[in-house]
Amino acid sequence: MPVTTIAGRTVHVDDEGFLTVYEEWDPDLAEELAAAIGIGLTDAHRRAIDFLRADYAVQGETATLRRVSTVGGIPTKELFALFPKKPAKKLAYIAGLPKPHGCV
Amino acid sequence: MEVAAMRRLLVLGAGTAGTMVVNKLRRRLARTDWRITVVEPSDTHHYQPGYLLLPFGGYRPEQVVRPTAPLIADGVELVRGEVGRVMADENRVSLSDGRNLPYDYLVIATGVTPRPDQTPGMLDGGHWRKEIFDFYTYDGALALAKALDRFEGGRLVVHITDLPIKCPVAPLEFAFLADAHLRRRGLRDRTDLVYATPLSGAFTKPIASARLGSMLDDRKIVVEPDFLVERVDGTKLVSYDEREIPFDLLVTVPLNMGADFVARSGLGDELNLVPVDRHTLLSRAHDNVFALGDANDIPTSKAGSVAHFAVDVFADNFVAYAAGRPMTGRFDGHANCFVESGDGKALLIDFNYDTEPLPGRYPLPGVGPFRLLTDAAVNHWGKLAFRWMYWNVLLPGRPLPLPAHMSMAGKQAPTDEK
Repeated sequence: MPVTTIAGRTVHVDDEGFLTVYEEWDPDLAEELAAAIGIGLTDAHRRAIDFLRADYAVQGETATLRRVSTVGGIPTKELFALFPKKPAKKLAYIAGLPKPHGCV
Repeated sequence: MEVAAMRRLLVLGAGTAGTMVVNKLRRRLARTDWRITVVEPSDTHHYQPGYLLLPFGGYRPEQVVRPTAPLIADGVELVRGEVGRVMADENRVSLSDGRNLPYDYLVIATGVTPRPDQTPGMLDGGHWRKEIFDFYTYDGALALAKALDRFEGGRLVVHITDLPIKCPVAPLEFAFLADAHLRRRGLRDRTDLVYATPLSGAFTKPIASARLGSMLDDRKIVVEPDFLVERVDGTKLVSYDEREIPFDLLVTVPLNMGADFVARSGLGDELNLVPVDRHTLLSRAHDNVFALGDANDIPTSKAGSVAHFAVDVFADNFVAYAAGRPMTGRFDGHANCFVESGDGKALLIDFNYDTEPLPGRYPLPGVGPFRLLTDAAVNHWGKLAFRWMYWNVLLPGRPLPLPAHMSMAGKQAPTDEK
C-alpha cells in the first residue's frame, strides 16, 4: 500500500490518494487535504466532515450524499456549494475515508 | 415420544430472490419440522430483465409475465397480502388486512421500487408518461414503447437519479438500443442522445467504465457525468449545482427505494434497505432476520444474478444455522450481467466485491462460449436464452452449472495487458 507524506506526516493512501487508515487522520490533516484540492475549510465544512467521520466509525462505510442529508441533516444543495462538482468524493477525501460506493 | 413444535420460515416477497429461497429450502427442510410461508401482494411474477426490450418491441408482454402460484413449490404456503409491519422483537409480521404471521426465522425479499415521487417535478410536474418515462416497471416499459413509436427526433435524455439501482447497466443498454433503434428508423441524425449520470463515468468500475464509455463515444451519445438531479422543471432536468438538461423525451431511472414497511418497522436505512452482514446476509440488528436480493444494503449491483448467487450461499448457510451450527458459507458479491449493445450484440461482465469486470471468457476459461467485456452475437443469444433459464431453472431453485463464487480463471487481470 503506498505511503505518502502530508504536512510532514507519513500516511497510508490508495492509488487515488484517499487515506486508508482511519486513525491516521486528524483535523489538522483535514486542513492540508482540503487545501490540496483548493478548498478552505469553514465550520460548515467541518460539520459535514465530523458527521462523515462519526458515521463511518459506526457503519464501517462512507456515507452517501443522501445519507449525509437525511441522517446528517446537511442539505445536498449545501454540500454541492461547500465541495463543488464532486461533493461525495471531495468530502470523503478530506475526511480521510474511502470513496462511498457507487462513486467510482 | 416427544414431538418438537413445527418451526416456521416466513419469507416476505415472491420475486426473484424470495421464490428461489422458498423453492430451494422446501427441498432442504423436512416437511415434518418446517412450515414455509411466503407473502406476496401480486398474483403475477414479472421477468424484469425483459422490461429493457419491451420498449423496442423485443418481447411480447406475455413473455415477461406469469402467474405467481405455479412458480411456488408444493408444500410452500403462499399468502396473498401486503405487509403492514414487522415486529422483530415479537417475531411476528402483521399484514395490512390485520392478519398476523408469527415466525422463527424471517427473510425479507421485497426488493426495491422506482420512486418518481421522490424527485420534485418528476411525477407531479404534468409530464409523467407524456414526455417522461421509466422502463423499470411493466406499465412504464409499455408506455415508453408507444412514445418511441411517436418520437420524430429531438433531445432524448437517458437519466439515472441516484445509486444504487436495479441492474446498473440497464440504462447504458437502453442508450445503446435507442441508438440502434433510431438509426433503423432513420431518425438518429435528428436526435441528440444524452446520458446523464450521477457517476463520474459510464459505470461504477474503472475498466468496464472505460470500455462502456468508449462505446458511448462511438455512438455519439453525449455523457453528462456527476449530474445529481435536484428537480425536474417542466421539460428540463436541474441538478443540485444548477446545471440544466432540456429534453423532448426523458427516459429516467427514478430513485430506487426498499419497501415502506421496512421503514415503518424500523429495519431500514435512509433508502429503506435492510443493513446486513455482507457475507451471510443476516440482519445486523436481529439474529433471526435475513434480507436477500435487492432489499438488503450490500455493496453490489442490485441484480437477479446477485440474488441467485447469494441464495445459493444462503440456502446452505441457513440449513446449518437453523440446526445451531455456524454459517460457513461466505457470499463474495458475485454478479454477472449481459449488456445489450445494439444490432444483435451484447457484452458479458462477471465480477464481485473485490474484482472489477475484466476481459476474458466465461464460464469456461479460454473457451467461453461467452466473451467478457467484448461485444459479440453469442452474448446477445445468451441473454435471450436466459429468459428460459429464469423461468425453468432459476426460479424452481434447480442447480445451474455455474459456481456461486466468482473465479479468476479465464479472466485477464490488468497486469497481463500489454
